Amino acid sequence: MLKISNLQARTTKEKQSILKGIDLSVKSGEIHAIMGPNGSGKSTLCKTLMGHPRYEVTGGSAKFNGEDLLKISPDKRAKLGIFLGFQNPVEVPGVTLGSFLRISKNTRTKESTNPVKFFKEVETVAKNLKIKPSFLDHSLNEGSSGGEKKRAEILQMSILKPKLIILDEIDSGLDIDALKTVAKEINRFFKENSPAIILVTHYQRILNHISPHFVHIMSEGRIIKSGGVKLAEKLEKEGYKNFIK
Amino acid sequence: MELGSPKGLTKQLVEDISRRKNEPEWMLKYRLEAFEVFSKTPLPKWGDDLSEIDFKDLCYYVKPKDKIKTSWEAEKDSFGGTGAQFESEVIYHSLQKELAEKGVIFESTESALQKYPEIFKKHFGTVVPLNDNKFAALNSAAWSGGSFVYIPKNTKVDLPLQAYFRINTQKMGQFERTLIIADEGAQVHYMEGCTAYSCPTESLHAAVVEIIAKKGAKIQYTTIQNWSKNIYNLVTKRAHAHKDAHVSWLDCNLGSKLTMKYPAIFLKETGASGEIQSLAFAGKGQHQDAGAKIFHMAPKTTSKIVSKSISKDGGKNTYRGVLKVDKGCKGTKSHVSCNALLLDNKSISNTYPLIRVEEDEVSVAHEATVSRIEESQLFYLMSRGLSKEEAVSSIVNGFANPIIKQLPMDYALELNRLLELEIE
Repeated sequence: MLKISNLQARTTKEKQSILKGIDLSVKSGEIHAIMGPNGSGKSTLCKTLMGHPRYEVTGGSAKFNGEDLLKISPDKRAKLGIFLGFQNPVEVPGVTLGSFLRISKNTRTKESTNPVKFFKEVETVAKNLKIKPSFLDHSLNEGSSGGEKKRAEILQMSILKPKLIILDEIDSGLDIDALKTVAKEINRFFKENSPAIILVTHYQRILNHISPHFVHIMSEGRIIKSGGVKLAEKLEKEGYKNFIK
Repeated sequence: MELGSPKGLTKQLVEDISRRKNEPEWMLKYRLEAFEVFSKTPLPKWGDDLSEIDFKDLCYYVKPKDKIKTSWEAEKDSFGGTGAQFESEVIYHSLQKELAEKGVIFESTESALQKYPEIFKKHFGTVVPLNDNKFAALNSAAWSGGSFVYIPKNTKVDLPLQAYFRINTQKMGQFERTLIIADEGAQVHYMEGCTAYSCPTESLHAAVVEIIAKKGAKIQYTTIQNWSKNIYNLVTKRAHAHKDAHVSWLDCNLGSKLTMKYPAIFLKETGASGEIQSLAFAGKGQHQDAGAKIFHMAPKTTSKIVSKSISKDGGKNTYRGVLKVDKGCKGTKSHVSCNALLLDNKSISNTYPLIRVEEDEVSVAHEATVSRIEESQLFYLMSRGLSKEEAVSSIVNGFANPIIKQLPMDYALELNRLLELEIE
């Protein structure tokens, strides 16, 4: 589904090289965890895959079902079925979460969705995530706590039904109960829809709740080691220092 | 009978307008005095350049053609009361029968002068004196059309009364005059929409609106101004709020070349409150010099000003505000907030808030922000499937929403649509 080969990217303004040759293949029904210390390029990889203008690709390729992702704008990538759950979801004053869900849902279906059915679905997922219905009338991420923002990201994920999900530190800013709630919804969605998931995280903690099929360790813009779930456990015991030369 | 007047405003023309309207002597005198003031008063030296207005080349009075009337009646709104002004005279008014039976008056200003001379004379020109400013004087001399509204004591009008103004003729000045009186405990919402289609030459709109909210009355006045982009829109709007009365201006300006309009509220007696909320859009070649004026003239009066502006393609928005609290107005509260959104680097936003407080026991707050659309916001929205244009439009609508959501549904939809067209 997703095939990344020797992907290299740098910051658009400062021309600072960050991704130095990433290779990664992800199939439907697979969960890949990407772990690594701060500054290893995890977030840049997420944003580059989604097409953030702050980064420019200097080499390599990223293909989604054979289509060259790097040539198309973020909205077109979204329409192909790619979803990025943000580490720091952006505030958009005056646009309510509920209306935004509908607007973004309508961008990918030709006929507009039946509003009754749609809100029923939103209600159900919101309940799974312990989001109060009144929160849907709240401006997108404005003045929300870290936990509320992350839950709103997962709500959007479940409603938009993407084929490839990239979650950038979805666990940061969540207390243990919220983490369990969010993980439960991700697991439900995965089980019912079997998308491909790339789970980017700094800590092993979330992997106690979501079991990855593959674990990759990133350092200085490269994947330096890949393995199964045991790799994460080893990492938790030994820390990053044993993996990074 | 000829349809239009000759170009230029003269004493003879003022007399002629008054005679055609079959006005009482006092109104003719009033017009002539105003004409003197208009002729003597220089153009204001602040605001924007008005020297391009050629007062001699404008047409000051046009009688509407029957043909237009028919086309309007076909599309007339079905709810509330509707008055439509084509050129100078209001040619259609529909008022629900039950409102008329309650004693509610909703008439064109000239027919109110004929039918209700006493109440008319008692209030006309008491809120905006004819010598207030050059354009108020011009309006007082040349006024034609506009609405007269009177709501009797303790009468509540649920649906908004609506008026629709339109400029159809080239170089046609429009000087409608509106007077709204809500008697003690009465409530009314008045809405006006202004458009002008494809006027090839510049034109002038100089309206005067006077509002009087008596003890405990509530008046909301909503404007959606979408004049074509070669119209000078120089309007004087002012309200008096008496004991425990509430006046609210909701002013949306999208059109015109230059708008200079600062709705004002005089909080004249204890417990009065006022609200002035505005939304302005300025695109290429446009300047919205708008604002709000509130005068706290009695204790325990409260006010709120919310101004939101969007500038694009070199458009310019100016907020010009006055907030004044007189000595002795203890317990006064006021909150002013001005937010500007700039859609590119060429566009301009200015803020000139004047706050003068002469009493200590008050609470007055002022905040102002200028923001731009951030790359991170665009990326976030686009990552959910919105095109760049849709993302910009969402951000703009989100910015404007606190004002737009207060409009009745069909107006809100229309305004959103107009904003989207401007932003494309």
